[in-house]
Amino acid sequence: MGEDDVILKFENVTKRFPGVLALDNVSFAIRKGEVHALVGENGAGKSTLIKIVTGVYQKTSGEVIFDGKPVHFLTPHEALRNGIAAIYQEFNLIPALTVAENIFMGHHFTRRNFIVDWGKMREEARKLMEFLDVDIDVDAQVRDLGVAKKQVVEIAKALSLNARVLIMDEPTATLAQKEIEGLFRIIRFLKGKGVTVIYISHRLEEIYEVCDRVTVLRDGRYVGTRNVKEIKVDEIIRMMVGREVVEKFPRVAHHAGEEVLRVENLTRHGVLENISFSVRKGEILGIAGMVGSGRTELLRAIYGLDPIDAGKIYVKGKEVHIHSPLEAINHGIALLPEERKTQGLVLLLSVLDNLGLPLLPSLSNRGFVDDKKLTAVAQDMVEHMNIKTPSLLQKTMYLSGGNQQKVVLGKWFARNCDIYLFDEPTRGIDVGAKIEIYHLMNKLIERGSTIVMVSSELPEILAMSDRILVMREGKVMGELTREEATKEAILQLALGRREEYARVE
Amino acid sequence: MPVLSEENVPLVQRFFVFWDKVGILLAFLVVCVIFGMLNPVFFNPLNILNVIRQVSIIGVIAVGMTFVILLGGIDLSVGSVVAFAGIIAAGFQAKWGGNLFLSVVIPLLIGGGIGFMNGFVSTKGQLHPFIVTLGSMSIFRGATLLVAQGKPISGMSPAFRFIGAGMVGPIPFPVILFIGCVIVAGMVLKRTVFGRYIYAIGGNEEAALLSGIMVERYKIAAFTILGFLSGLSALILTSRLNSGELVAGQGYELDVIASVIIGGTSLMGGEGGVYGTLIGALLIGVVSNGLNLLGVQPYWQMIVKGLIVILAVLLDKLKRRFRTV
Repeated sequence: MGEDDVILKFENVTKRFPGVLALDNVSFAIRKGEVHALVGENGAGKSTLIKIVTGVYQKTSGEVIFDGKPVHFLTPHEALRNGIAAIYQEFNLIPALTVAENIFMGHHFTRRNFIVDWGKMREEARKLMEFLDVDIDVDAQVRDLGVAKKQVVEIAKALSLNARVLIMDEPTATLAQKEIEGLFRIIRFLKGKGVTVIYISHRLEEIYEVCDRVTVLRDGRYVGTRNVKEIKVDEIIRMMVGREVVEKFPRVAHHAGEEVLRVENLTRHGVLENISFSVRKGEILGIAGMVGSGRTELLRAIYGLDPIDAGKIYVKGKEVHIHSPLEAINHGIALLPEERKTQGLVLLLSVLDNLGLPLLPSLSNRGFVDDKKLTAVAQDMVEHMNIKTPSLLQKTMYLSGGNQQKVVLGKWFARNCDIYLFDEPTRGIDVGAKIEIYHLMNKLIERGSTIVMVSSELPEILAMSDRILVMREGKVMGELTREEATKEAILQLALGRREEYARVE
Repeated sequence: MPVLSEENVPLVQRFFVFWDKVGILLAFLVVCVIFGMLNPVFFNPLNILNVIRQVSIIGVIAVGMTFVILLGGIDLSVGSVVAFAGIIAAGFQAKWGGNLFLSVVIPLLIGGGIGFMNGFVSTKGQLHPFIVTLGSMSIFRGATLLVAQGKPISGMSPAFRFIGAGMVGPIPFPVILFIGCVIVAGMVLKRTVFGRYIYAIGGNEEAALLSGIMVERYKIAAFTILGFLSGLSALILTSRLNSGELVAGQGYELDVIASVIIGGTSLMGGEGGVYGTLIGALLIGVVSNGLNLLGVQPYWQMIVKGLIVILAVLLDKLKRRFRTV
């Protein structure tokens, strides 16, 4: 491969966040005019890499070479001006403005630098639409367009700036099948015009339709680049998953008892479809799937945060109707949410107050809080959970991530629930604190509680779960026993390759 | 591990804890000393009691407003509620039979009811309380004019007049009402489940909801309390003026909100308390009184008050910026 073929090259790119090595010496090259797929598990470093190219993040070390020259963009705007554009799942469009205005946002055509030249702007926008061979009224307000058309507006916006590299992050995630075909047509067309496309997707089958080469990242490291024509999907999955040993996960023997929670045909239109499962006392049920597969939404629906359209929930054999978290708690269900800081804690309040949140009604007399009892319970929890805090009165905003998570866990631990719904219990926590949290989960199980755990970390879900439910696009794709469960099996279900898995069985 | 001690709290945080607790009190004392030096009449006991009595009318409402602002809300309708509840009280006194019980209880219930509606509409309808209460502000000013048919209602009974003008020993009755409200509210906020949940909801509504707190109920309750206390303020004012006035309570929202903000309660919710509000209300009262005693044109008072409010909000903003999260 000649050097002048290459448009974008990474040389030992490293990105360090406090406590996390997000990218570790990543080196590879992207050729001019190719469609290059970038794949990897959640947290493999794809987004970090993209954000470095587009100037959202700054690399810690290494070089990004664009068109033969080392570049270091400080803002997305700067990357854009130099011909690198990114289209994210969340569009960067202004709904109330017209298509033409959005396309030329930030570089309006003007007369004497002062008056907007509407005629010229419309004409140029129309030319772009003709160029892309799509039928979109340039005077329409963007809010009136569907997702697919909004995406085209984003593409046109990038082209209006003469983008030579177009990065698309999960572009098909919200598109219908027909729209996906339209998008692929545009991608092929752009490729024909010499535009380089970096294509990020969890849907491996799409890579075969539209990409030339594929690069795999894993745990922040570069695994390899292959020609799409010369690699099978199973091999891509193997590259994504790796062959490393499983991390250390303490796990106690579980003795499953009677059924505690049963969900039957739970449906929330457009989000969850016909979900059924059951969990027994003393069990950990893992829920795997890609981000956006409906895992979090399932927990929210059970917890009464989102209304359900159909289906039944049984707790200990009795049907329950849960409309609010308080009702869920009264049925013995607790939810440990995905986002500690925004959902789990009141950062302004102390460790004591946070631990007390779900407990106050039971620790009060005619509405008055029994501070002695509360302090005793909280002190007990701090010791029990090994929460490192200078005092019970320390505001939780000053604790480390692991200790914050232990406070969230502690408030529910003290409450003694039957069913714990965990959403990404160890995300963003260092290894030591992770293991402590696994120990606490074990204690819950020993106490006779049941855990339903959503996790994107496959090693964690494989090691801790008794059974694993795999979701995709709001549906349960399959249930694996502890013996059946492998990374490959989960990924194949999560990526929608159910038939093949069935054959393997 | 030391528990319930503040020894190990980081220095920056300790500074702001200190500032939160005494900063405003210090500012208040400095202002008092300056006015006292410029005009010795300021420290005359009669003048002091007079200031506190004037402050009571605003202060009672500010106690309620503290609850609402702690939850991250706001209520602009308090002045109109004062006028409406006041005209109803005056009506029961002078026009509709002169029953003391009814002329006290009905205005309180009306105040509470309006507060309930403000809370109900803004939470259930998921509307910002700013706009909902801006609406009620106009509605109840209009309703006041309608009930009064454009004329003030005067002529209160001596018993009713006690509420605003009576003395218990040397202390004006409104002052007792005001201080009583502060103490009860302080206890509610610190010691009860209700109070703790107010801070939790104001600090992080979603985390509170996920912890099983019925967020909407508490919000409605806070607005209801504020409405009720606005009704109480209306009784004091009407009784003191011996008349239900059409323009009663006009502009109160500024003084009330200013008292709460100056007192250190954050407009973002979750931080602050009613003792700060007490000082905030007193500071505003003292500034008005002091400027009066110095013979400054009353127009200046409004300008100074506005500046103080902006300064207080600026301080709150700085506090948040310097706190590393």
